[in-house]
Amino acid sequence: MKKQQTNDVILQTVTKIACFIILLFSFHIFLAGHNNPGGGFIGGLMTASSFVLLLLAYDLKTVQNILPVNFIYVAGTGLLISICTSAGSFLFGAQFLTHSFGYFDLPLLGKTELATAVLFDIGVYLVVVGVTMTIIQTIGERE
Amino acid sequence: MNNLIILPILIPLLAAVLLIFMNKSIKLMRVFSAISSFTAVVVAAVLVQTVFTDGIQTLYLGGWKPPFGIVLVADQFASLLALTTAIIGFLTVLYSFRSIGEQRERFFYYSAIQFLLAGVSGAFLTGDLFNLFVFFEVLLMASYVLIVIGGTKIQLRESLKYIVFNIISSALFVIGVAYLYAVTGTLNMADLSVRISESGQTGLITVIAVLFLIVFGLKGGIFPLYFWMPGSYYAPPAPIATLFGALLTKVGMYAIARVFTLIFTQDAAFTHQLMIWLAALTIIFGVIGSIAYCDVQKIIIYNIVTAVGVILFGIAANTPASIEGSIYYLIHDMIIKGVLFMLGGALFALTGTNNLKKMGGLIKSHPVLGWMFLLSAISLAGVPPFSGFIGKLKIAEGGFRSGEFVITMLMLLSSLLVLYSVAKIFIYGFWGDEQKDTQIKGSIKSYIFPAAILLALSLAIGIVTELAAPYFHQAADTLVNPKTYIEAVLKE
Repeated sequence: MKKQQTNDVILQTVTKIACFIILLFSFHIFLAGHNNPGGGFIGGLMTASSFVLLLLAYDLKTVQNILPVNFIYVAGTGLLISICTSAGSFLFGAQFLTHSFGYFDLPLLGKTELATAVLFDIGVYLVVVGVTMTIIQTIGERE
Repeated sequence: MNNLIILPILIPLLAAVLLIFMNKSIKLMRVFSAISSFTAVVVAAVLVQTVFTDGIQTLYLGGWKPPFGIVLVADQFASLLALTTAIIGFLTVLYSFRSIGEQRERFFYYSAIQFLLAGVSGAFLTGDLFNLFVFFEVLLMASYVLIVIGGTKIQLRESLKYIVFNIISSALFVIGVAYLYAVTGTLNMADLSVRISESGQTGLITVIAVLFLIVFGLKGGIFPLYFWMPGSYYAPPAPIATLFGALLTKVGMYAIARVFTLIFTQDAAFTHQLMIWLAALTIIFGVIGSIAYCDVQKIIIYNIVTAVGVILFGIAANTPASIEGSIYYLIHDMIIKGVLFMLGGALFALTGTNNLKKMGGLIKSHPVLGWMFLLSAISLAGVPPFSGFIGKLKIAEGGFRSGEFVITMLMLLSSLLVLYSVAKIFIYGFWGDEQKDTQIKGSIKSYIFPAAILLALSLAIGIVTELAAPYFHQAADTLVNPKTYIEAVLKE
């Protein structure tokens, strides 16, 4: 099959900017999840959608060069993080899935509430990114 | 508070995730999955012993008291089933080493098995209706992977049907949960039981009960809803069929037993009578299927349907004896179906066919396989020294007590035809002249070894019943007196 030569200057230029905006927004949504709508699932989906935008503007090989990760392992890491934070309560003699939180003075942010639920959410985030990208890349690779 | 309860779920889950990272080395995957499944067996055995000595164990996930949080409940019924699941999982992993082939092993086969085991143990141990749904989905997703792994033509076709039926039944499950939540306002099983007994079982709740019977009937394969089973269990290779046949339908039966002894108990005259008729029809159609076919796998698959009918009848007859019999029979059937599928896989590996008419005379070259097959056939039919006997005896006792003479006789008669159907495999496959075109290749020790352990377990339950009986009795006790369950969960 002959590869079609296209000229996507506008799409590619816009993608370069839009991609970072989407990524930033997805991180914001991810971190806002505790007190506002958002969380690991939607944050992960939006991060994956920014990668999908890259896939649309460039081809599969380029994107794999920019992001040289096996997304199956990303999903696996996410699961591992979620399981370990849930089972981490064993160390403190608490029930499975018990979470805790505390207030810390961070250098730039001042007094911040840090909760272990965020660690669980990071797991969810990575699973969603990993699974979505695995699905899209696997289907995209097939001839 | 007891974190021991989560371990039969957590160990396979963690193993499944770690196996994802090991997919480069098949040897490492084999060793690791064998070790972790063995650990799960040990942990489940400890759980059974703990429940036996200390009574029902509960774990409030995240420290939230029920009915507000999810609670895991390990009564003896659930723990025994979790132990059986772990044992069958471990032996299937051993059985897979030779029989599944590297092509499949490379594509996350062991990972999918561990996810399936995590889902099944989770479904047994949970005390929350929506959590039960989630664990159903965990095990179903894993089973979708397992049914299609390898991608042969028949697997692709049957997995499509399997997935469609299971998606429909899962959607019905969600609808049922939504109705029940709308009526009662809770999803915790113990709390549901309390609320329904307070308000009395109205017509609306009976309708929901029947909806749940349909849902779990689709999962468990009772009479009008078993149509997806023969095809989809026929498609995957032997070790996967072993897991499916031994575990999946039994989760549906467990759910029926749990829901209809704990939650929907008030209008038994209607719901349980309905279940008795469905059980009778399930037995009849299962038996018809198993004597009609001349195909090893199909015969075994239709015997699952018959066994599901027998278990359902025991639950529906709703007497202490028949419920205890159902528990015996449920565990016996998980074990013996595992043995039969494993031996059926060995037969297929030897002869290259499932057609009975094309095999014969195997007893000369493979006496051990032959005698093991005979023993498991006898055990399946329920001849005294084996585990199948006690279960059927108690179900029959309960059936007569509850006045269902015709259907109890029908169940006893079905044993004869079940024996006939399996003896047919033995007679065609092992007697007679040796077939010229049988392609006997290599030793089948690795096929027989796991099956032999399971068969020994089945024998052990039958022979040292005195030792096993207190455990089964305790399991039945919780189902007969749901008060103990409710008190253990909702204690202050």
